[in-house]
Amino acid sequence: MNSAVLVFPGINRERDMARTLKIVSGNETAMVWHAERALPAGTDLVVIPGGFSYGDYLRCGAIAARSPVMDAVRAHAARGGLVLGVCNGFQILCESGLLPGVLMRNQQLKFICRDVYLKVERSDTPFTRGYNAGQVIRVPVAHGEGNYVADGETIARLEGEGRVLFRYSSPDGIIDPDWNHNGAINAIAGIVNAGGNVLGMMPHPENHVESIMGCTDGRGLFAGLVQHFEKAA
Amino acid sequence: MKARVTVTLKTGILDPQGKAIEGALRSLGIAGVASVRQGKVFDIEIEGASDRARAEALLKEAADRLLANTVIENYRIELI
Repeated sequence: MNSAVLVFPGINRERDMARTLKIVSGNETAMVWHAERALPAGTDLVVIPGGFSYGDYLRCGAIAARSPVMDAVRAHAARGGLVLGVCNGFQILCESGLLPGVLMRNQQLKFICRDVYLKVERSDTPFTRGYNAGQVIRVPVAHGEGNYVADGETIARLEGEGRVLFRYSSPDGIIDPDWNHNGAINAIAGIVNAGGNVLGMMPHPENHVESIMGCTDGRGLFAGLVQHFEKAA
Repeated sequence: MKARVTVTLKTGILDPQGKAIEGALRSLGIAGVASVRQGKVFDIEIEGASDRARAEALLKEAADRLLANTVIENYRIELI
């Protein structure tokens, strides 16, 4: 699996992401500066990491979403190429129009940095094939604007088409407002586009991949992606 | 030419920041505030003189493509 991690000014999780991709796939990851107009040849997976691109000025992800490299990402996605956006990456994907909706200020107005539980809704996607449907995983979140909002029609379409891949849940997989730390509609933590090849999620699976991190629940996402490309090759 | 673009949240979109400001006003003892919605103001200077139609078109494009996220926000353009 050849992956490219985008780098914007103010991003700070790009090295965590590159390290995880290297550990799980065995391949070096290309770091692609925001001013580039093309992705490295043979890129299978584009990853937009977390952080605070452009200091969250204007709106989270708004300025990064208009940078030159995003045209190349749009073209990659239009060809069916896989794109993963985590945290600020999810916000950038929403601002760029690659995913619907928007991430608003957390309902409690607090920046929340801790582990959360996610229910994996389905396992028949390149992003979740490393898990079982209904499985609950523990991964960290670190965001102030993770409260997913979209109009009723969009939410109905996302739900109807099975495009919600991750939801905030209890450790037993119960969806309950008490376990929805940011107030997202329907406890939405991660969604895919209509083509199923662009995933945005607020939690950080890349930070739970080695036993030294205290948990390896995030590894399945990356291991599943590697399997997806091995099968394709 | 000077212009002002005002961006506000659409009706029905929850505004936690506005709510927090509303609560702070109440705790200051400023009575009579029914609700607060927070928005943004952009003061923009347009190059060149006085083609109002061109200025409006440019500002509309700026608002649609960057200044506002029209999923959740409305905007108003004023030429001053």
